[in-house]
Amino acid sequence: MPEITLTQDPVHLRHGSNIGRPLTRRDGLLKVTGAARYAADNNPKGLLHAVVAVSTVARGRVVALDVEAAMAHPGVVEVMTPANRPALAGDPDAKPNPLVFRLDLLQSDRVRYAGQPIALVVAETLEAATEGAVLLAPRYESEPPAVGLDDGERFVPTAVGPGAPAELRHGDVEAGLAAAAQAIEATYETPPQYHNPMEPHAVVARWDGDRLTLDTPSQAMAMARLRLAALFGIPPENILIRSPFLGGGFGCKGLLSGPQVLGVMAARLVGRPVKLALTRAQLYGPVGHRSPTRQRLRLGADGEGRLTALEHHTLMSSSRFDEFFEPASNASHALYASPAIATLHEAVRLDCGTPMFMRAPGEAPGSAALESAVDEMAEACGLDPLEFRLRNYAEVEPTTGRPFSSKALRECYARGAERFGWERRPLAPRSLRDEHGLLVGWGVGTAIFPALMFEAEARAVIRRDGGGTVEIGACDMGQGAWTALAQIAADAVGLDGERVEFRSGSSDLPDGGIAGGSAHTATAGSAIHSAGAAVVARLAELAMADERSPLFGAGNAGVVARDGRLHRRDDESRSEGYAEILERAGLAEVEARGKGAMDAAAQQRYAMQAHGAVFAEVKVDPDLGQVRVTRLVGAFAAGRIINPRMVVSQYYGGMIWGVSFALHEQAVMDRRSGRPMNADLAGYHIPVNADLPALETILVEEEDPHVNALGIKGVGEIGITGTVGAIANAVWHATGVRVRQFPITLDRLLG
Amino acid sequence: MTVTVTTTINGDAEEFVCEADETLLDVLRDHLGLTGSKEGCATGDCGACSVMLDGRLVCSCLVLAAEAEGRQVETIEGMARGRELHPLQQKFLDAAALQCGICTPGFLVAAKALLERNPDPSETEVRYWLAGNLCRCTGYDKIVRAVLETAADMKSADMKSAGMKSAGMRSA
Repeated sequence: MPEITLTQDPVHLRHGSNIGRPLTRRDGLLKVTGAARYAADNNPKGLLHAVVAVSTVARGRVVALDVEAAMAHPGVVEVMTPANRPALAGDPDAKPNPLVFRLDLLQSDRVRYAGQPIALVVAETLEAATEGAVLLAPRYESEPPAVGLDDGERFVPTAVGPGAPAELRHGDVEAGLAAAAQAIEATYETPPQYHNPMEPHAVVARWDGDRLTLDTPSQAMAMARLRLAALFGIPPENILIRSPFLGGGFGCKGLLSGPQVLGVMAARLVGRPVKLALTRAQLYGPVGHRSPTRQRLRLGADGEGRLTALEHHTLMSSSRFDEFFEPASNASHALYASPAIATLHEAVRLDCGTPMFMRAPGEAPGSAALESAVDEMAEACGLDPLEFRLRNYAEVEPTTGRPFSSKALRECYARGAERFGWERRPLAPRSLRDEHGLLVGWGVGTAIFPALMFEAEARAVIRRDGGGTVEIGACDMGQGAWTALAQIAADAVGLDGERVEFRSGSSDLPDGGIAGGSAHTATAGSAIHSAGAAVVARLAELAMADERSPLFGAGNAGVVARDGRLHRRDDESRSEGYAEILERAGLAEVEARGKGAMDAAAQQRYAMQAHGAVFAEVKVDPDLGQVRVTRLVGAFAAGRIINPRMVVSQYYGGMIWGVSFALHEQAVMDRRSGRPMNADLAGYHIPVNADLPALETILVEEEDPHVNALGIKGVGEIGITGTVGAIANAVWHATGVRVRQFPITLDRLLG
Repeated sequence: MTVTVTTTINGDAEEFVCEADETLLDVLRDHLGLTGSKEGCATGDCGACSVMLDGRLVCSCLVLAAEAEGRQVETIEGMARGRELHPLQQKFLDAAALQCGICTPGFLVAAKALLERNPDPSETEVRYWLAGNLCRCTGYDKIVRAVLETAADMKSADMKSAGMKSAGMRSA
């Protein structure tokens, strides 16, 4: 089967017929009518309901469970505990690579964090299972937990994020600080945050012998399938995961979580289909969170406001039993030019569930601190914060000297500033008021997020009826994969979108890779693009070798695929339809596969980042300290835009996450129990419509010939970065008070 | 204890048997196959389970199924008339005012309730009315615009049909 790599020039197709159009969502009709079927909407015949009982202590062991009481409750079918859970073929604590997280699957009575599953009750109804779980009335031997960043012993992790070095030093920071005309040092704190997708994790699992079918939301079905295969000792082909729609993911559905596996174990134990849906409160433990951070920044600048040194040190936490270290300092790698840059990380181990990738892992808290510190430095230099950022514009990646594959950040600054009216901003803080006497402040933040790629595969078919099929096990968690990837698919096979059947969202299709790292459209799209190129190449071979075809002998001139026909590149009047080519060749269809992956050589040569500039206006009540964001403008450049309508939604979403980070969300930990005290959506604040102004986004054009054949950089996470800093800086500008602890709440502002 | 409940759901007479402690949401989803209403929190914080009960917007996770006895329940499944979408559904679709879609049914039911009560809301009124519906993706901005545009469309359609009626009356 031919495979075409990404570095190949996409000469066979012309963009524009589908890619770039603001099509509405292909999954929209199902979603507005309530017909879209999410995991927990499946109720197969014979279904039992499972409810997990979770630990209320953060460290210790379970010494008693009243299994008899639970079993005696009407409707309860089984109680699964470490004593009777099915044996696993694979060790859930094994860690063959950094993308395998250790899972709590009732292997022992040990409790490693609050909210850890300690038993599971299966019943005929959800109500019976819920009551059964209460009747277990667990007793514990508990030990004092380590809860906050000051509770543990600091160490330098071997790697941060998915495998980046914990320390990077470029130039001499101390010398840069010593030579600086102005220097600042500031420490910023960010709280633990929980992903809180609106859809709690759910699984409906069914065993047929050694074959397993499950409906469960997944941002990476092939990886989940491999994990399940290893845990249950069955071939991956025996497992079918259906994940057509995720009710949000944001990272916490990237890797299979413990409760999802427990649902599968329960189905095996009782021999019937089992549904397990976590409650909102149960999301605060076994499915990941963003670690708290304490970030110390030291910056120096010369007399003209040019950085002489930038040091970014992050202290964060992982769980006591696994490794994930929020790479916050790495936000300082590629943004501002400085002859000396050091990014450092230290960690402590806490008695909490393992932290996880959460929308813009590293960049979100890192950018919050960096953008605040840069503003403080601008103030120290007496410069407008935008002017300061322009003076420190990185023409090349500062730590490596590599050129950027593309970088339209100047245009982002210019267009965002113009739309916002930045030039009218007074330099001094606390100098603007509105007609009601509220303090008004304007702030800016730079957005940055790396253009990543994972690996994916796709299959493309062109049929004799003139239609096509494109298949890829991609994941639509709301970002619009069903739509944007189908647009790429249509162009890839040179057909109108309506002639292409686009199949996705299931693990029996080619591996669509990971919907994360803002890399899914780039990666899955590249795989589709390659598969399309390959299948068109097969069709072209058939035509060019057939002397009855008008394309016979096109040879080196080659052909272009468009609207279901192949055209000679050097003479577009000579063309032939797909149907005719296959008809004459006596073939029902041609098919090919293609892969998407990063181009390692290009990655070596170029720094690849998406950029943006966010401008915020806030109004602050001078007496009460209440903060409201009243304007928010984001201008972003992220390579080729496949569907502007979807992309604007992603930017809005990111920017609102930025508002949330800056002003609203935080898990408040009980230092005695190690439990979050606000494990619900009443106490864990995220913005609602009433908290927000109308937003504006500007899509700044950017062509990138190096990131991948399609020129896509990714848009899912960049909106958070920049926004947090812009709001924090606007609050300072409104009040003259610099709050260095997020979220910026009124007590912190007044205190 | 089980109870038998006779009610009306989306205009159709419905009878079901449920546990006394079962919520309306669980009965809709697990007994009646109406899975368009979603459970995001089960504590009335997120609005994903919004339905109308006798014309009042409620979180069906906070209503016992038995409370539906003798009342009218309207869910997302009843919002379109056959294949004809409600103008709000059509606008949400056209404007792509949704992302993951799990909050969408609740937003639509809540927005419909708003427009029935206040056909010409201001942006602030929309933002505060919909403050009980959480979206995490988040599509807030497009949702607000979609509701405002639908209100404007429905108003101009009303004016047109009112104009046609009065024209007809004059000619008669």
